Amino acid sequence: MLMKGNEVIGEAAIRAGCRYFFGYPITPQTELAEYLAKKMPKVGGLCLQAESEVAAINMVLGCNASGERAFTSSSSPGVSLKSEGISYIIGSDLPCVIVNVQRGGPGLGGIQPAQSDYLQATKALGHGDQHFIVLAPAYVQEIATLMGEAFDLADIYRTPVMLLADGALGQMMEPVDFEAKKQRTLPEKTWAACGHGNKREHNVVNSLYISPEVLEQTVLARFERYKLIEEKEVMYDGYMTEDADICIVSYGITARIAKTAVKAAREKGIKAGLFRPITLWPYPKKQLSALADKVKKFLVVEMNMGQMVDDVKVATDCRRPVEFFGRTGGIIPTPDEILAKIEEMNGGAD
Amino acid sequence: MLLEKIKNRLVIVCGHYGAGKTNVAVNLAKAAAAAGRRVCIADLDIVNPYFRTADNREELEAVGVRCIIPQFANTNVDIPSIPAEFQSVFQTDEMCIVDVGGDDGAVALSVYRDGFIECGYDMLYVFNACRPLTSEAEEAVESIRAIEAMSSLTVSGLVNNSNLGAETTSETVNRGLKVCLAAAKAAGKPVLASSVFRNVAGRIEGDVFLMDNATKKLF
Repeated sequence: MLMKGNEVIGEAAIRAGCRYFFGYPITPQTELAEYLAKKMPKVGGLCLQAESEVAAINMVLGCNASGERAFTSSSSPGVSLKSEGISYIIGSDLPCVIVNVQRGGPGLGGIQPAQSDYLQATKALGHGDQHFIVLAPAYVQEIATLMGEAFDLADIYRTPVMLLADGALGQMMEPVDFEAKKQRTLPEKTWAACGHGNKREHNVVNSLYISPEVLEQTVLARFERYKLIEEKEVMYDGYMTEDADICIVSYGITARIAKTAVKAAREKGIKAGLFRPITLWPYPKKQLSALADKVKKFLVVEMNMGQMVDDVKVATDCRRPVEFFGRTGGIIPTPDEILAKIEEMNGGAD
Repeated sequence: MLLEKIKNRLVIVCGHYGAGKTNVAVNLAKAAAAAGRRVCIADLDIVNPYFRTADNREELEAVGVRCIIPQFANTNVDIPSIPAEFQSVFQTDEMCIVDVGGDDGAVALSVYRDGFIECGYDMLYVFNACRPLTSEAEEAVESIRAIEAMSSLTVSGLVNNSNLGAETTSETVNRGLKVCLAAAKAAGKPVLASSVFRNVAGRIEGDVFLMDNATKKLF
């Protein structure tokens, strides 16, 4: 099949057994809701256009509390609106999947592709002590795989998982194969509030804790799960990093543009490489740290003002210089621009 | 070839989302210009925010094709707009190729229904068997009927644009042609040609319209 990224998000969700989508339209992700509006009724599912983003995320909360797989999707400004609900979902230890097909910001910003929600996604989407898993696909095919993974990870760790894409990836078309995803063993949802028929104690799904001691213990237990996620679920990809002097660190669609620049740099005899985090949280710190032993310089490339730069500095303990190239406001960097930056950094080597 | 089969000065290129309408429209404009015709291309896409005719403006104008592009195409203004200049397609003697948005985008045509009928038009339905929601003949027929109902105009023929992007083979096109023929038969319309990227090797059945890939490249 030749599919748009947005359509693949919808199809992969259906194939992951998700039968509930709650959302509110916003460019550039609306094809996803359109696709599901046509497809969900055919598989006995529900695609509901809520009255707002806030309503949609709370419907997702309720639906997941009953043990069903449900997800929501939006683009940057709409995701901001969902932040309260996401924090409540975390506080209720519920699984859920959230899709952000990023556009330019801040504010209403624009409709063209961006990656300027990196910090929001990885550091502070909701209030409270919290993390959640952030997956950054770079290929339409990878969306198919990661959407399935997102639902599984959410169930295994009882946490929201965000698929962080961008307008270009959502709108572009590539061939896709839905059989590629690996199968995981999933825990039973013993906590779900789905009717007990007087055969067990009723389950309560809630994020309010009357006693601070109990709340602290709940947060600590959650952070034990985060530790496990950091140990077991890091995903990344590398290209020609083995002998690289200059290593680009880039994710999502930008990593593919950077890859073209790396190839061009190699043709000019510059030893460039590309490291692509696939999980933005948990961040591939160990792998980047190991790379810092070999490379001379890092170059972060993003469609924002350098939101990932600090993560690279922390992961590598500032042992190598970390430079940045990016475009923002909905402008997509070109391979030539990135190549020019690599050449400039190469000239200044030694 | 596709160009010879077109009877009217006004050519509407419609179809399902992502079927490849812009690729067909842009290549048709270039082919007509190369054949010595005076050509105009109008971007009437009111649904798609990126990947549109406006991306090809430079190469089209270089070969003498007049481009009618919405003022807000590829900007951050997220509203459907049609430039006043669009009216000119009903007044000139150029061959005018109208690139319409997918599915619901066809509603933009209905505003100009009378003009199209008065001047005469060919309406090409671009079909891609590799796209979800139109991979079956029945779905394609449903899509054709929906577009006809929305635009108040009649599709005159199908163009088999079955492709998998860079992974397209002659088998992709030929397999798509079978579905396209079945859809055309059910809808009571002819298949005009298969539109195929120049680099696709192997034998293609039926009439072929060779195209360059006009989709904007990011990397």
